[in-house]
Amino acid sequence: MKFLNSWNPWKRSQPPLARYQHYRKWSRVKTWLSAAPVHLTLVAIALLWTLPTAGLWISSLRPAADLSQSGWWTVFQHPFELTQYSLQNYRDVLTAEHMGRAFLNSLMITLPATLIPVAIATLAAYGLAWMRFPGRQVIMVAIVGLLVVPLQMTLIPVLRGYRDLGLVGQFAAVWLAHTGYGLPLGIYLLRNYIGSLPREVLDAAAIDGASHWQTLTKLVIPLSLPAIASFAVFQFLWVWNDFLVALVYLGAANEVAPVTVQLSRLVGSRGQDWHLLTAGAFVTMVVPLGVFFALQRHFVRGILAGSLKG
Amino acid sequence: MAVAIGRGAIALGIILSNVYRRGLRGLLPWFYVGPALVFLLLYLVLPVVQTIYLSFLDGRSQQFVGWDNYRFFVTHAAAGIALRNNLLWLVGVTGVSVGLGLVLAVLLDRVRYEPIIKGLIFMPMAISFVGASVIWRFVYAYRPAGREQLGILNAIVTALGGQPIGWTVETCWPLADWEPITLPGVGWVWSCWGIPFLNTLALMTIMIWLQTGFCMVLLSAAVKGIPSDLVDAARVDGATEPQIFWRITLPLIRPTIAVVATTVVIVVLKVFDIVWVMTGGHQETEVLASRMIKEMFNFRDFGRGSAIAVLLLLAVVPVMVSTMRRFRDGEDGL
Repeated sequence: MKFLNSWNPWKRSQPPLARYQHYRKWSRVKTWLSAAPVHLTLVAIALLWTLPTAGLWISSLRPAADLSQSGWWTVFQHPFELTQYSLQNYRDVLTAEHMGRAFLNSLMITLPATLIPVAIATLAAYGLAWMRFPGRQVIMVAIVGLLVVPLQMTLIPVLRGYRDLGLVGQFAAVWLAHTGYGLPLGIYLLRNYIGSLPREVLDAAAIDGASHWQTLTKLVIPLSLPAIASFAVFQFLWVWNDFLVALVYLGAANEVAPVTVQLSRLVGSRGQDWHLLTAGAFVTMVVPLGVFFALQRHFVRGILAGSLKG
Repeated sequence: MAVAIGRGAIALGIILSNVYRRGLRGLLPWFYVGPALVFLLLYLVLPVVQTIYLSFLDGRSQQFVGWDNYRFFVTHAAAGIALRNNLLWLVGVTGVSVGLGLVLAVLLDRVRYEPIIKGLIFMPMAISFVGASVIWRFVYAYRPAGREQLGILNAIVTALGGQPIGWTVETCWPLADWEPITLPGVGWVWSCWGIPFLNTLALMTIMIWLQTGFCMVLLSAAVKGIPSDLVDAARVDGATEPQIFWRITLPLIRPTIAVVATTVVIVVLKVFDIVWVMTGGHQETEVLASRMIKEMFNFRDFGRGSAIAVLLLLAVVPVMVSTMRRFRDGEDGL
């Protein structure tokens, strides 16, 4: 920086404030330069992380003929020429490749498979947190243990049971299974939250003559909504993104297959038709991504809390 | 088993005596907890017990075969590959995603645009494994040399003058043309002078892409939890940034690193969807969970399928015991 000083017009002769501002300006440039590797690394990693999804999304909007002739990055040669984009791929994949039906199936599967465990877990969490009965500590410890049991341990017996009952390929089969698999996490999360509510409030309700049911519905549930929302968001995304449970208990018939199963079939049957694969993949992702951007706080909390699920 | 029955009988006795003493009111808690217990019993506890039992029976669950289903892992080459790959996944994915997550957490602590970067890197957590597989199939897409490459990775390779690579097919990326060597005695041959397990590494990359955001968010919270006067004091004493990282940050967030690593290990252990969609377990990419589904559906061998599931369970038992113990001792540290 010596040569800068030699031609520095403010040197000595300038009033102190201007000199100070000049010094501040240059020291800021210097700290920015020394931090440049950090910025570069971060931006590079973020770009690298986004690139695959961005490529998929851009490709899904390109006509099939273009898609099979040039890479998706070629659209950046003239990115605002809107004629090179179309929604035809989505139309094709939603109708001809049963993705539309699969989308409805996914909703049909996910909504009950979220609501049932949320209801049952809330009930049980209240019982375990605020009712006194023998064995509740043992039950809680067992539930914590069940949290990490791999799903694979249950597939064969449950599948056989379903076969005997004729439930294979029915939505009810996955609703009930996801309820069972989601409950340990739900009870664990909600019991922690409900158990940490102030005792005075619940005691006051009891003194005023509120029954357990009234306390639960009028007091505990409204107070615990943040925890319930986190679990609901987690369970919703888990079921929506699930492939294994649906594949094993539902099979791949068009009438019942959710988006994940249908997409994996598409990979098998149309593995090189990138216009269908990219649009199909985006159809499976649009709901979780929407939830991610709309409910980011609950999403992150739910994911972090549910990270050990089996 | 006898102990379990005994405990059950005692529990039932306590419930009944409760009913006797307090009338139906003693039953009230069971109306709240009961539905959950029924589901847990039917979908988790009983199936786990039954799967352990089935793993000692033959493929059609009719004859007792002892340890045969487990011996299969040692004798059968395909099962050995699945075991080896699972180890590769465990070490590789956990190491890279936790390491990268840590680097990101520390670097992000110094910039103002932190939320945007965090959001972009965390976003893959919202995507299903199947969706992620399709995204990366497109990244890895391969066309023979001479044709326009659609996958960005092969486009880069060919632009640099290389030959396109079948990322999910090749088991080896040869860099040198040396003779294979054979270890005398065991008959073990090493023929890959270059990057081995190329296709498995390609699949592992997908998992790293999915899991790094999770590691980053948890570790970043831990880094922010470090008292700033501690770091400031070290700076005043003349500590350099690397010294601060190795002597202060790292020791203080070690417990979080352990939790994050455990979580990733559990997720990676059960990896199934990615392998199933990308390669179907062909070209030596099989892992335990995909092998299990194959045994179940393709070979209809419930004995071996159960044995694989039991192996997965055994691998998480230490985690299970430690979380249960911590919960019982009231620390509640998940």
